Amino acid sequence: MASNAAVPFWRAAGMTYITYSNLCANLVRQCLKEPHRSEALNREKVHFSISKWAEGKPKKPSRFLCSFL
Amino acid sequence: MLRRATTRILSHRRHCSTAEALKVPAADDLFMVAWKRTMPNLDPPKTPLSFLQPRPSTASAASIPSKMTINLVSSRSSGLSNKQVDMVIVPATTGQMGILPGHVASISELKPGLLSIHEGNEVTKYFISSGFAFVHSNSVADIIAAEAVPIEQVDPSSVQKGLAEFTQKLSTASTDLEKAEAQIGLDVLSALNSSLSG
Repeated sequence: MASNAAVPFWRAAGMTYITYSNLCANLVRQCLKEPHRSEALNREKVHFSISKWAEGKPKKPSRFLCSFL
Repeated sequence: MLRRATTRILSHRRHCSTAEALKVPAADDLFMVAWKRTMPNLDPPKTPLSFLQPRPSTASAASIPSKMTINLVSSRSSGLSNKQVDMVIVPATTGQMGILPGHVASISELKPGLLSIHEGNEVTKYFISSGFAFVHSNSVADIIAAEAVPIEQVDPSSVQKGLAEFTQKLSTASTDLEKAEAQIGLDVLSALNSSLSG
């Protein structure tokens, strides 16, 4: 069976559409004028904390991380 | 058994193709009867379908409406909803596509570019980072974008700085992924650049 139509270059490099879309959106946000730029970047911040599990028990969770992208 | 009967009835309704008008049943009769029998004092639950606002029917090709109805949705706000316009130009991956009332139904993926909405004599421009445009056969267009910023909010100096930075990243990139990221950066920034000037 013939392969699909030419894949976009980012998919050929192993990137998914969601990663691509988020990357584009981030680039656009960084090019905004001042009040809008900090609002947009703040809006996209995500707070999460990660805890690794060993032998069925969670180890101490790492500090709250906050990042965008 | 009651619940399965109602879900079967509700899902049967959903199988109608978008070619027919989506009839919104205010309440499902069988379900209402069963509900009143078991819980006479409680208000019946609303289904998602009852919140749906009816859209103009996608019926005959004879009547082409004079204006398009567009909905612009982005991650930051619901943008425009049900705005009546004359024409929309969307940045599809296959090039700038103009959508007029009576356009054939289509789904297009959008690339980073300028979206312009023409209403009478005024043109509103938004920069879209990426997304999709759905055109329905009843001249309703839904444009969904990850970021849709009015072009006035874009800062030209950051765009120039970014262009220089990504051109440099592209030349020093080693892995495929880095090259792809640098290339994406260049694409987005050059689209921003041309929309600022164009």
